[in-house]
Amino acid sequence: MTEKTWIGKPVKRVEDARLLTGRGAYIDDHPPVANLFHAAIVRSPHAHARILGYDVAGARALAGVAGVITGEDVARHTRPFAVGVTAPVHYYCAATDKARFVGEPVAVVVATSRYVAEDAADLVRVHYEPLPAVVDPERALEPGAPVLHEAVGSNLANHRRLVYGDPDRAFAEADVVIRERFRFPKYGSTPIETYGIVARWDALDGVCTVWSNFMGPFIMHPLTARVLGLPENRLRFIVPPDIGGSFGIKSLIYPYIALVALASKLTGVAVKWIEDRREHLLASSTGTDRIAYRELAAKKDGTILGMRFRWLDNVGGYIRSPEPGCSFRPTGNFVGPYRFQHLEVDASTVMTNKCLTGPNRGYACGHLYFETEGMVDRLAATLGLDPAEVRRRNLIPASAMPYRSPTGGLYDSGDYPTAFEKALDLAKYAGLRREQAKARAAGRYFGIGLALAVDPSVSNMGYVATALDPQFRAKPEYLPKSGAVDSATVKVDPLGRVIAILGTTPQGQGHQTVVSQIVADELGLIPEDVTVVDEMDTFTRVWSISSGTYSSRFGSVGTSAVALAARKLKAKLVEYAAHLMDIPAAELEFRDGAVRRKTGKGPSYTVKDLAGRAHWNTDSLPEGMEPGLQATAVFGFTVARAVDAEDRVNSSNTYGFIAEVMAVEVDPETAAITIVKYVTVHDAGTIINPMIAEGQIYGGALHGLGGALYEELQYDEDGQCLTGTFMDYLVPTASEAPTIDIAHVESPSPLTPLGSKGLGESSSMTVPAVIANAVSDALAPLGIRITELPMTPSRLHALIKKARAT
Amino acid sequence: MAELVTVRLTVNGVAREGRCEPRKLLVDFLREDLQLTGTHVGCEHGICGACTILLNGQAARSCIMLAVQADGAELVTVEGLMQNGKLHPLQEAFREHHALQCGFCTPGMLLTALDLLRTNPAPTEAEIREGLSAVLCRCTGYQGIVNAVRAAARTPGGPAGA
Repeated sequence: MTEKTWIGKPVKRVEDARLLTGRGAYIDDHPPVANLFHAAIVRSPHAHARILGYDVAGARALAGVAGVITGEDVARHTRPFAVGVTAPVHYYCAATDKARFVGEPVAVVVATSRYVAEDAADLVRVHYEPLPAVVDPERALEPGAPVLHEAVGSNLANHRRLVYGDPDRAFAEADVVIRERFRFPKYGSTPIETYGIVARWDALDGVCTVWSNFMGPFIMHPLTARVLGLPENRLRFIVPPDIGGSFGIKSLIYPYIALVALASKLTGVAVKWIEDRREHLLASSTGTDRIAYRELAAKKDGTILGMRFRWLDNVGGYIRSPEPGCSFRPTGNFVGPYRFQHLEVDASTVMTNKCLTGPNRGYACGHLYFETEGMVDRLAATLGLDPAEVRRRNLIPASAMPYRSPTGGLYDSGDYPTAFEKALDLAKYAGLRREQAKARAAGRYFGIGLALAVDPSVSNMGYVATALDPQFRAKPEYLPKSGAVDSATVKVDPLGRVIAILGTTPQGQGHQTVVSQIVADELGLIPEDVTVVDEMDTFTRVWSISSGTYSSRFGSVGTSAVALAARKLKAKLVEYAAHLMDIPAAELEFRDGAVRRKTGKGPSYTVKDLAGRAHWNTDSLPEGMEPGLQATAVFGFTVARAVDAEDRVNSSNTYGFIAEVMAVEVDPETAAITIVKYVTVHDAGTIINPMIAEGQIYGGALHGLGGALYEELQYDEDGQCLTGTFMDYLVPTASEAPTIDIAHVESPSPLTPLGSKGLGESSSMTVPAVIANAVSDALAPLGIRITELPMTPSRLHALIKKARAT
Repeated sequence: MAELVTVRLTVNGVAREGRCEPRKLLVDFLREDLQLTGTHVGCEHGICGACTILLNGQAARSCIMLAVQADGAELVTVEGLMQNGKLHPLQEAFREHHALQCGFCTPGMLLTALDLLRTNPAPTEAEIREGLSAVLCRCTGYQGIVNAVRAAARTPGGPAGA
């Protein structure tokens, strides 16, 4: 049993000193190799165009230019990336035959400086035959729509119909059936640090080393090695200590890694590329925009019997791995916190002439809960019930934990009703309703929204196979996929201080601080005694293809690896001390930083005592004991299994819970939304550092708010991006950020050594739902229900104007 | 390539000099020529504020001005906030109130906050938020930053030191 002296405390971050003084080490800060050249990328100005040829003579002739790479080189020297579906989509790291979105890379110029490279990029002539474009996913599936990939034959990249239970019967037996169409916008969390890569291809050694702010998952490492034609042990990925935010977006840097590596290979120089903001907004990654058709079947008392989801997820010009995770990442928690057993999911993945997509904080859970929670509020309104009461009647009870959801999720722990009531109490829900009645009587538009969510953490990589047909997965040549692992090494130096080495890629989550707390508690030290190294290097770290810092993994799987490594080391210390004390190890225990007799009597050996002896005098070790004081642990969840023949999959490994209440007032003249109250209650199991946990919630909430109110990557019907700067793509500032009342409920996970779960995506997945419900409630007297985000003032104003006119 | 020009300026109290193309951005000059990589580039069009420095005592975007425009100027960058090996009260407040996560916007946020508190030593919360809206942060939801600036404003002696 670990004593919790440091776990649970708001320990100040060790990362802060360097970051506050300008000494961070981000990818653009420190050249890892000498004589770097710089790349500028030539990008398609067309949303859809055939590439007829290139004229690079002018660019090559410019002084300082080391070389120009075009799509022809890409086609000759690389393979397309593997995609997660069976449709024959050939996705290369740059356009080879056609450009399929504005901003798609078509050539790369390498020169002595970025300034010269950009001069030369302007001189590259690409000859295009523009083609008609399509950006709307429904329009893209109509007959006669422009087809992006001739080999696929249509714009449908994938389609799955998943059936759980007996949804037809549920709908036949329902007292009420509710239907609605929703639209979720295309937005991305736009980390303030853009993508950055340095690649050096050493022809003599046959090794390509890539430094980048890639966050994982490291499945992309073998994929990239295959694209480049390199054995995996000749491709080295190194991630610097500091990454300037990511939120999922930097998992999609990998095509650029291949492109810059190829540029280094073909020019023979080390190449650096730092993405600029326009490039980021045009061509990095966002979440998908989705059109959703929802149906809900319920009894008169509000009991939900079943649901039907029909989704059109728009992945842009190519379906890029890990898409279509946009549809399947939440498979295990499709039903959220509710008890219903019957569900049909009809998921189409559509390609259009927009920039590509991938995980964005909350990977598709923002979409899921925006729709589901909107439907639950519609049910309440239809039945004349309080929306809180409808939710109470459908929640999974605490007694049902651990709970197997109909879609295969294993909710490991939680008390949803208690957490929900806590949120209602904290918000003074009844009081808010009274305030609303007064406001309405005075002709004001005051509304209250609720949203509940099961917050999945640590993806089981096996979920991606849900995209494939069960018949396909049943073929003997098909290899099942599953897993979620992380590793850590803890070593004790001769004076008893500790270094912990991780293979994680933190982007601001404070891993060094959190790990120092865990190791301090495990070994009876203080956090200052623990130095944490968290730079990832595929040549030196113990890693697996699920490694990386994504999917709210660290708080669950990463911390588990650290705790296990420390415990392994502790076991060794006990064994060693037993030998020194000449008493059976069974009579000893590790307590308060020392090995002692369980009886409390007799001598004890501190970590420092044992470390000195073990390092300086290996003759003192018992026979057969390995010298040195270090332990490496690889933690993997045994509940991460491959998807079964009925499409059930435990798509995550730990599942938290979120309950939110928000009150808003809407000004009908300006359509401005004022957040009057916002309460969020989280259950993420054991909280290791409440300060850091709270920071994640604040950040996640603002991402959700951005997508709900301001942020949308907009395109005109020709596929031109209309939001290529931060003046058009509106990121919330401090003036828009709400104050939040945060509370926790702690239901420790039985699956992790510390009981912790992930929390990183947190309220990003609930805010779109809770604010849409609050605004809908505010505008209910006008008959307005929000079905589309973001609720920009112009969009909302148009709805109000129309409602008042009728 | 254009003729190189000499740029002489004072950065964090130290006279510095470099030769660069006339078109070189000030932020690139600071980062590449003077090796002051604490100032970050986030958008290169003057919106995100990560590159904010103090130019002759006022907050300025170093990504939308040229190095030659700063010839003869006095600059303060994030590297210049520490005094005598101690964190500036504003830096201390940021650490105390968890006002940073990834730290990428932090240099610009610190110098913007410093400028704000020098012109308005006792700002209201709305004024703090308005002042900080010059810099985009995607990690913190701003709450920790607002709390830190409010606390720094109340620090005895104030943050006006640097």
